[in-house]
Amino acid sequence: MPSNTIRIRARLSGDVTTVKALISHPMETGNRKNKKTGKLIPAHFIQEVTCKHNGSDVLDALWGTAISKNPYLSFKFKGAKKGDSLSLHWVDNKGESDSIETKIG
Amino acid sequence: MTSMKRRTFLKGTLTVGAVTVAVGAGLLTPRTVLAAWPQGAFQAKTVDDALKALFNTDQMSGSDQIKLRAPDIAENGAVVPVSVDSNISNPTSVSIIVEKNPTPLTSKWDLGPTTEGFVSTRIKMGKTSKVIAVVKAGDKLYSASKEVKVTIGGCGG
Repeated sequence: MPSNTIRIRARLSGDVTTVKALISHPMETGNRKNKKTGKLIPAHFIQEVTCKHNGSDVLDALWGTAISKNPYLSFKFKGAKKGDSLSLHWVDNKGESDSIETKIG
Repeated sequence: MTSMKRRTFLKGTLTVGAVTVAVGAGLLTPRTVLAAWPQGAFQAKTVDDALKALFNTDQMSGSDQIKLRAPDIAENGAVVPVSVDSNISNPTSVSIIVEKNPTPLTSKWDLGPTTEGFVSTRIKMGKTSKVIAVVKAGDKLYSASKEVKVTIGGCGG
């Protein structure tokens, strides 16, 4: 299982928390060829990213192969306080996954 | 002694070989895809089909309440920064679609009740195309689009 694939930051400003995250992942489309062997590289991409604030869903992102390699995502939500917990979890088409938890700062 | 080592080595390679075959044949595939992932929508070849698969309708109304930010010209189609910022009240999802990609739907972002209508990410574009942001609020779809010129495509090898 992959580990340490996620970097995340959640900052509160006024009432709005801005979350930014970077995930290390190849995001293979399944259409690319290995230049040496000429064989197709099998698709390998993140399908779902979920974010929870204190355990309740704030984002459920469904991704196809057209999200860039080493994906970046950002979103905003209201109603959080400093020190609240924010978690992010991803799952790819091979069933691999990783998750992280951080405090809102 | 050397022959013993050789024997062990051969056994080792054989086992690894067998595992690779098993994985290749799908015998050892990890747990299957999430039920929630809308395969039909992601495999749809046209914008209308993708929308129908996601929302059961392809009717959208253009809205100036949605700001779609993307570069005018993307030098590298493999990494095109896109952000959607919508002022429509109570949005439930944001979808990002590239009209001329082989499969136009790039992503659908389901928003929680406290989440703003804002999403930013980086997408792949095969060639110059219209990028469409679709925001769902209530049972209606609102959209905004922007043409992005791609000089090097990002879908093939």
